[in-house]
Amino acid sequence: MAIRRGRGVAAINYPTGMNLGGDPTQALVHSTPTGNFMVTLSSVDLGQGMKQIMAQICAETIGVPTDRVVVDTADTDTGPHCMGTFASRGTHRAGNAVIQAAREARQVMLEVAAEELEVNASDLETDGQGNILVKGAPQKSISIFDVALSAHFKRGRSISGRGMFLIPRSYPEKETGAMKPSTCYAHACTVAEVEVDDETGEVTVLTVKNVFEIGRALNPKMVEQQLVGGSWMGVSHALYETTEPYYPNRDHGGTDFNQYLMPGPGDLAQTEIIVLERPSADGPYGAKGPGEMCANPQIPAVANAVFDAVGVRIDTLPITPERILRALKAQASN
Amino acid sequence: MAKVPVQFTLNGAEKAEFIDSGTTLLHALRDKIGDTSPKGGCHQGTCGGCSVIIDGELRLSCLTLAETCNGAAITTASGLSEGGVLHPLQRAFLDAFATQCGFCTPGMIMAATVLLDHTPNPSRDEVVEALSGNICRCTGYEPIIQAVLTAARSNSQNAA
Repeated sequence: MAIRRGRGVAAINYPTGMNLGGDPTQALVHSTPTGNFMVTLSSVDLGQGMKQIMAQICAETIGVPTDRVVVDTADTDTGPHCMGTFASRGTHRAGNAVIQAAREARQVMLEVAAEELEVNASDLETDGQGNILVKGAPQKSISIFDVALSAHFKRGRSISGRGMFLIPRSYPEKETGAMKPSTCYAHACTVAEVEVDDETGEVTVLTVKNVFEIGRALNPKMVEQQLVGGSWMGVSHALYETTEPYYPNRDHGGTDFNQYLMPGPGDLAQTEIIVLERPSADGPYGAKGPGEMCANPQIPAVANAVFDAVGVRIDTLPITPERILRALKAQASN
Repeated sequence: MAKVPVQFTLNGAEKAEFIDSGTTLLHALRDKIGDTSPKGGCHQGTCGGCSVIIDGELRLSCLTLAETCNGAAITTASGLSEGGVLHPLQRAFLDAFATQCGFCTPGMIMAATVLLDHTPNPSRDEVVEALSGNICRCTGYEPIIQAVLTAARSNSQNAA
């Protein structure tokens, strides 16, 4: 009987979005009379920072500071259509829709500015600070504040835009079964080191080293935040979390989150995160969907590490001490 | 059933309410007084989301009867900032991206506040111990631990 150490590795491809009846998200953008921009969405911010990312995308496209953009996700009954925030699709699908809407709004904004400045709209550019300048003659400029006032009160223009991003449903080819069920793959690889007590079956995760390839990190600190939390959650899925811990009698199962096992701050493995940025061709400013996949590769990596440590393959989650001991017993009797 | 009067200070302000006997402090704070910073996660004392400070001690407001708080001084997360300036812990949580969905954050900050009140320069293990009654689903805890350590360092620099 001994503590045995093992190391496991796993790599994943992770798709963005899904392929049910088509995968649309709609976005609307309009300016207020004072040149702030509203992004209206039905995509929900679950805490992952969707509103911040959509504000950045809108601001970048229109050419204003991020704090000039307000994202409204108030009501899925009355807002534009979104399939939802799941399948790691939020940034990719809603982001593309916001770009399309913001481009249209920007075009109207530049047309109004062109009338005010008596130049051609194609000769104008934004400075990213809230002003519109004539290319090559930046002394000739107008603030977006004044452009919006003009649009609303003088020229009767609506500085607004519509965006709809749709990944159409993919049907399998009859002959080959080939299809494209998803788009824009993110990738990750994890190496986990564990110690397994072959007397008690207990697993201690020593280190978790993750590399994530996530397209472009539109907000690097928020990406890191999600990946660190996701890595922990992946370990938690691998070793602890289940609604049915009390096999074999379901009557003795957990009834609420008090009986749902998750590691606390005292159970943290040493965790390392490396982000690789390979901008995607069809993502908003190169982004992919890192959401769900950040908690995926740790699970097979831990399972492989347990195998490396004590030579048993656990193919049911979570990898509990009981399952390890049963597998060790079966192995010994073979 | 007759209502019971309770009177205490909440974040320095006098509060007086008539409540049903047996009302938890969490319910009184959120639904009577309107301070929604303590969160009701489990209502059984296991998640830490409802943590408040009563007379300097960390308490679970979901397990505390409001009528036992007569004359007490209660602090919640919404009482930490002063004059629009964030408390060093709040600032550190922001800077460290130590929050995602935010549901556990007020309780975490309450637990950390009591820790730093008693132990201004805690070790990592002491921080982990202090936070061990609070559950977080999003962050993996590490950013929260780092935020508390950072706040402790900035406190001691300011004191020096």
